[in-house]
Amino acid sequence: MSTTTAIAPKEKFLQLVEESKKQFGLADEQREAALEFLNQFEIPTTRDEEWKYTRTTKLSNEAWKWSNDHSVETIVPYRIPKLNALELVFVNGKFSQELSSNVLLDGLTFMEGATLVSNEANQNDPANFFEAFQRATTTGAIYLGTSSKVAIDKHFHIIHLITDQNAVSTPLIVLNVQANSKLSVTESFCGNTNGLTIRRLSANVATNARLEYNKIQNEGDEHYLINIDEVAIDRDGYSNLNTLTVAGGWVRNDLRIALNGENIEANLSGFYLPRNKQHIDNHTKVDHKLPHCVSNELYKGILFDSSTGVFNGKVYVWKDAQKTNAYQNNANIIAGDNAVMNTKPELEIYADDVKCSHGTTTGQLDEQAMFYLRARGMSPDSARKLLTTAFINDVLNKVDEEVVREYVIQLLVEKELLTI
Amino acid sequence: MLQIKNLQARIEEKEILRGLNFEVKPGEVHAIMGPNGSGKSTLASVLAGKEDYEITGGEVSFKGKDLLEMSPEDRAREGLFLAFQYPVEIPGVSNINFLKAALSEVREYRGLPQLTAKEFLALVKEKSSLVELDGQLANRSVNEGFSGGEKKRNEVFQMAMLDPTLAILDETDSGLDIDALRIVANGVNAMRSPERSFVVITHYQRLLDFIVPDYVHVLYKGRIVKSGTKELALELEERGYDWIKEEVEAAQL
Repeated sequence: MSTTTAIAPKEKFLQLVEESKKQFGLADEQREAALEFLNQFEIPTTRDEEWKYTRTTKLSNEAWKWSNDHSVETIVPYRIPKLNALELVFVNGKFSQELSSNVLLDGLTFMEGATLVSNEANQNDPANFFEAFQRATTTGAIYLGTSSKVAIDKHFHIIHLITDQNAVSTPLIVLNVQANSKLSVTESFCGNTNGLTIRRLSANVATNARLEYNKIQNEGDEHYLINIDEVAIDRDGYSNLNTLTVAGGWVRNDLRIALNGENIEANLSGFYLPRNKQHIDNHTKVDHKLPHCVSNELYKGILFDSSTGVFNGKVYVWKDAQKTNAYQNNANIIAGDNAVMNTKPELEIYADDVKCSHGTTTGQLDEQAMFYLRARGMSPDSARKLLTTAFINDVLNKVDEEVVREYVIQLLVEKELLTI
Repeated sequence: MLQIKNLQARIEEKEILRGLNFEVKPGEVHAIMGPNGSGKSTLASVLAGKEDYEITGGEVSFKGKDLLEMSPEDRAREGLFLAFQYPVEIPGVSNINFLKAALSEVREYRGLPQLTAKEFLALVKEKSSLVELDGQLANRSVNEGFSGGEKKRNEVFQMAMLDPTLAILDETDSGLDIDALRIVANGVNAMRSPERSFVVITHYQRLLDFIVPDYVHVLYKGRIVKSGTKELALELEERGYDWIKEEVEAAQL
């Protein structure tokens, strides 16, 4: 490792795969399968359409390493107050049995370990270099599966802590929500070091099952985070996925929802409030394959300082997906003098009896409203916070669990982004 | 209370106020009337501190302080209230939360103790009944989906909550039917006191049947060109503004 500076970025990642063998529990054939893809891919650049506004140069040039440190003294600061949840904790990418709750629930199967859990994940091909890298390494993995006809009352709180400098984490979460059952999960990303997290979520929502999923991304300016969320839903299924980016140095979210049956409802919402030079990229893809399904997509962002944002929302309505209702909205406020937002809705509709709409707006904070509030005695700062709160409120309201919503609001208040 | 001397203001390159003089003493109610484009709403906006206007000359003192030097929020905290001609809709901000935040900042500035939640709600109840505002409206988003009448009643409700010493009503009567007009006027009249002054900007004499002014002024081409008592308003209603315009043109020759 003495001459890393001379080695090309791709080689460094391949070296990391080699080193991961000794440390993490993936089976050789699983690694080899992912390596085949990895060897074919190059690290994406802005010349790739999917990465046009998201630079990977800095990320690729960092000297990443696997961490040996997989414990912390306490997880109390990361706990969601008043949430009746079982906690599942990853430290620097590895699942920690000691820090996690004992998962012994009727109607729920819990598994842990890269080999075991990888076999349960969706077997579709990785889409790019980072995804292949995640699959070839998989630092830790957990599986939550409901039995059919069981609504799990307990909430699950997955916590990712990154404590080690330059640590790479490539965890995998697999969810299997069986027919007529329900699962609610909140996942927190708390990385305050110069780290890289590539986390894959693979979820199956079976017939008439319900999945509620919140991601709370709250990381420091130096952290890189890639989330790959693949959700496949069967007929009469329901999903509600919220991507709440409180902060993060460099964040890329790829959310892909496949509506594989009839009469499915899929909700996907998110907000992002980047400051300083933070960069937040949300790529979403909703696939309507069969009739009578609904998708509601709502993403809102306020970009402060010199931050940048990307939204790319693909909606496909295939030939058989008649009577589809697909709604997409992306609204942005540019609050910083040097902030930039790149937004692009992409709708491809091959069915002829559908209702689809998309809207995207990018503007300034409403000056009329600002003046109105100030004319009632409010300082510009508190007026701005009140309007910010109002702007993202409809996204916050999508969060099913009230205490989770309150917790997110509290995080935003602490960062002086919001007022209550 | 309010002294305006030779006030000149423009928006972009257009001069709107061209040397306006005007004085309001405690407890007085002044009506400002005038044809469209005479500068009535500009005067209201300039006094409230809207930044779109450039002050090119003159001075305004409010309770002995230089008003033009103050930020919009400090003007409000000092006791100036503008009831907007077009109240702004703010989706997602509840009327009550907003008023609570505003009142808290205003009371802090005035050195008054903060209200408890109970006291605040009692005040809301008392003041909203003043303008017969349904309790439900208080909980909705600021002005969102309100009818024209509800918006204006909400303005007077906010005024009552913030307890100003000088209230400027900018065409509060526009778009109101007779019942709503009466309700709004009753709310204003209930707030009249020897310490509190009002400047009522209106296009129509009708409002002045309900809020009876001590003085009536005519604003034309950015200046007060005629002042009188409430009888002047009746005369304007009857004769229109043309004779005033003619008087002004004749004086300029």
